[in-house]
Order: sequence, then C-alpha cells, then structure tokens
Amino acid sequence: MADELMLEIVTPEKMAFSGNVEDVTIPGTEGEFGVLRGHEAFLTSVDIGQLVFTKNNKKTHYAVNTGYAEVTANKVTVLIETAERSDYIDKNRARRAKENAEARLEKIAKDSDEFEKARAALMRAIVRLNVAEK
Amino acid sequence: MASLKDIKRKVGAVQKTKQITRAMNMVAASKFKASQLRMENFRPYASKFMDVLNSLALRVESMSHPLLAVRDPRRIRVICMTSDRGLCGGFNTNLIKSTERFLKDKTKEDKEISLINVGRKGRDFFRKKANIIGQWVDVLSKFDMTLAVSISNDVIVPFIKEEYDELYLVYNQFVNVSVQRPTVVRLFPLPSIGQDVDIDPDKRLDYLYEPSEEALLQKLLPMYVHVLVYRALLETSAGENGARMAAMDNATNNCEELIRSLTLKMNKARQAAITAELMDIVGGTEALSKG
Repeated sequence: MADELMLEIVTPEKMAFSGNVEDVTIPGTEGEFGVLRGHEAFLTSVDIGQLVFTKNNKKTHYAVNTGYAEVTANKVTVLIETAERSDYIDKNRARRAKENAEARLEKIAKDSDEFEKARAALMRAIVRLNVAEK
Repeated sequence: MASLKDIKRKVGAVQKTKQITRAMNMVAASKFKASQLRMENFRPYASKFMDVLNSLALRVESMSHPLLAVRDPRRIRVICMTSDRGLCGGFNTNLIKSTERFLKDKTKEDKEISLINVGRKGRDFFRKKANIIGQWVDVLSKFDMTLAVSISNDVIVPFIKEEYDELYLVYNQFVNVSVQRPTVVRLFPLPSIGQDVDIDPDKRLDYLYEPSEEALLQKLLPMYVHVLVYRALLETSAGENGARMAAMDNATNNCEELIRSLTLKMNKARQAAITAELMDIVGGTEALSKG
C-alpha cells in the first residue's frame, strides 16, 4: 500500500479511471515522464500520446488527447479531452482514420492551417493504433 | 350542429395526437435524464479545470495571449446555439428573439456582424436575414467534446488572425427543467481570468511548472474555450429536452381537455338524435290513433 499512487483520469464525458496504481507514464508536451509515489508536485500539459499505468503488475494503456496533468506526492490528476482504453479502440476505424489523414496530408500545403489539423489527426490515429495493439 | 359521425371521428383523431404527444414526452424525459447525467459527469472536469486555470492565472503576472487581445470592437461575430428539432415550446423562439434583438442593437452601433449557427432551427430562421459564415446542423442529437473542439477552433483561428474583434455566444442557459434563460456571453476577448477568485493561499500548492507558467497558460486558454462551448452545448441539449418535456406534457393535457369536451358534445348530439327519433315515433302513433 505504501508505495501506491492515486490516479484519476478525468474527461468531459466521465471519470475514465480512478484508483490506486503502482506507477503511471504520461505523454507530456515536454516528453514522456513516469510518476511514482512521492513525486515532486508539478503541473504540466499533456500531448496526444499514450498513457500507461501499472496496477497489480498489469499494464493498462490509454490513448489520450491534449490536456494537463497535476502531480502531487500521492495523487495524479490527468485532465484530458479524450481518453480511450486500449480494448475499447476499434482497430479498423483507427486504421481508416490513419489512411484518411495520410491522404489529406498529401494534398495540402505545409504552411496552411489545415496542415496542422491533419497532422494532429494523423498523430491521434497512429497513437490509437499503437495503443490498440497493446 | 356537427353530425355524430363527424364528432366521433374528431375524438379519434385527438386521441391519436394524444398518444403521440405522450410518447414524445416520455422520449424527451429519458433524453433529458441522459443529458443531465452528462452535465453531472462534466462537472468534475470543469471545476478541476477552472481551479488549475485560476491558480495559474494568479501566478502569472501579466497575461498576454491572442485570445485576450482587446481590439476596437468593429467586427462582431455571434454564435447562436439553438436545437435541431422543434416541438419544444418557446425554447428556440425565445432564443432567436433575443439573438435578433442583440443583432439589431449591434447593427445600430454600426458594427459589422457575422453569424455562426449551431442547430438547425436558428440556421433556418436566419438563413436570409443575416450574414451567416458558419453552421453546425444536425449535430446535437449525439455529440461529444470533439464537436466543442471543432466549433471552438473555427472561431479561435479567425480571431487570432484578426478577422473579427469580438465574439458573443447566445445560448439557452439551463436553470431547471422548465426554465431556460436565453443568455448572451462574450467569449472573445476572453474576460480576464482569476481576478475575482479568492483562493486560499494555504491551499495553493507550489508546483513545478513544465513548461513555464506562461507557456502552460497558452495551452490551457484554448482548452478553456472548449470547456465553455461544451458546457453551452450540454445546457442546450438538456434545456431542449426539458422544454420539450414540458411542451408535450401541456399538449397531452390539452388533448385530454379536448377529448372531454368533444365527448360531451358527442353525447349531446346522440341524445338529441334519440329525442328527435322518439318525437317522430310519438308523432306518428298519435297521427295514426287520431285517424
């Protein structure tokens, strides 16, 4: 118990996860970072990526979208706009989304606003696919 | 006087209408429950988000962000958030009216106005009356945060590019099941954050910020817009179904009333027919006996 960490994953739709975990890895904007109990309190933004936590020696993967993470010594709160657990991801849909995004990226100019949007969509699709395969 | 058969047919028709309105009432009630649940689920997210945003804003000395830029408000953009479907009482009518009033006021001040419609009803109304530059139709029956994000991005980017100077959102604030209040709020430039909040200094945690406070705030401000838009969407959806529930409840009651009065009329007509027939028979026998 002593080295457990309280993790809360909050999305606008619901509390995606709430419970004690052994460790958690979060895709921060400044790079991925791992948190164990007793971590220095800090606040950072979260990017599109993969969130992994270990509970009872079992890893659980989530595909997450932008948000932020608040870390205190015994509690981590992750506020993100979407969070999908690996076993809920529809692989075929993710693959299609990836193909669509790739096709769109081909067509548009690099400096347009659309480009950034399409790039983010592609990122999300890739992350979702990776997570789904875990 | 209408014939017996006519009245009977009318009673049948009203009865059918009543069945429909009652069914719609029940559907609206269950949808209302669902949207209320979503509002409740959203609350922890919103309140945690505001906590962090406020404490961050307090720590940053001077905030500068394109979304906070105050310009001479010459070009105004308005988001009008109605429902996609009708039959919900005055829900859309009231909202459209207050939008129209707002637009009229701004036109008087010689502002250049553009309109974004969320929801079919508002779009249909303003189609030929205003300068519509964006529309989101048939999206409200099933939506999530992605909708709020796309709507927000559609207004954030042009604002940063200085294509317009002020953004207002007109939506129905959800007060309770039977009360929805049309509200106008200014979205851009964002009203300053963290000024009228008192956070207990003891409770304020000293964090390490990564990246810096300012950079973090830059990231959080667009998310703040998403939160505001999403909340408005949720309130619209809950309000729409609440209003429909009330409207359909009224309609069902009116149907009952109508059926009652029609049944009375029908009975009277039937009685009149019987009396007339009796009179005929009595008259006939009398004529016979006299002869």
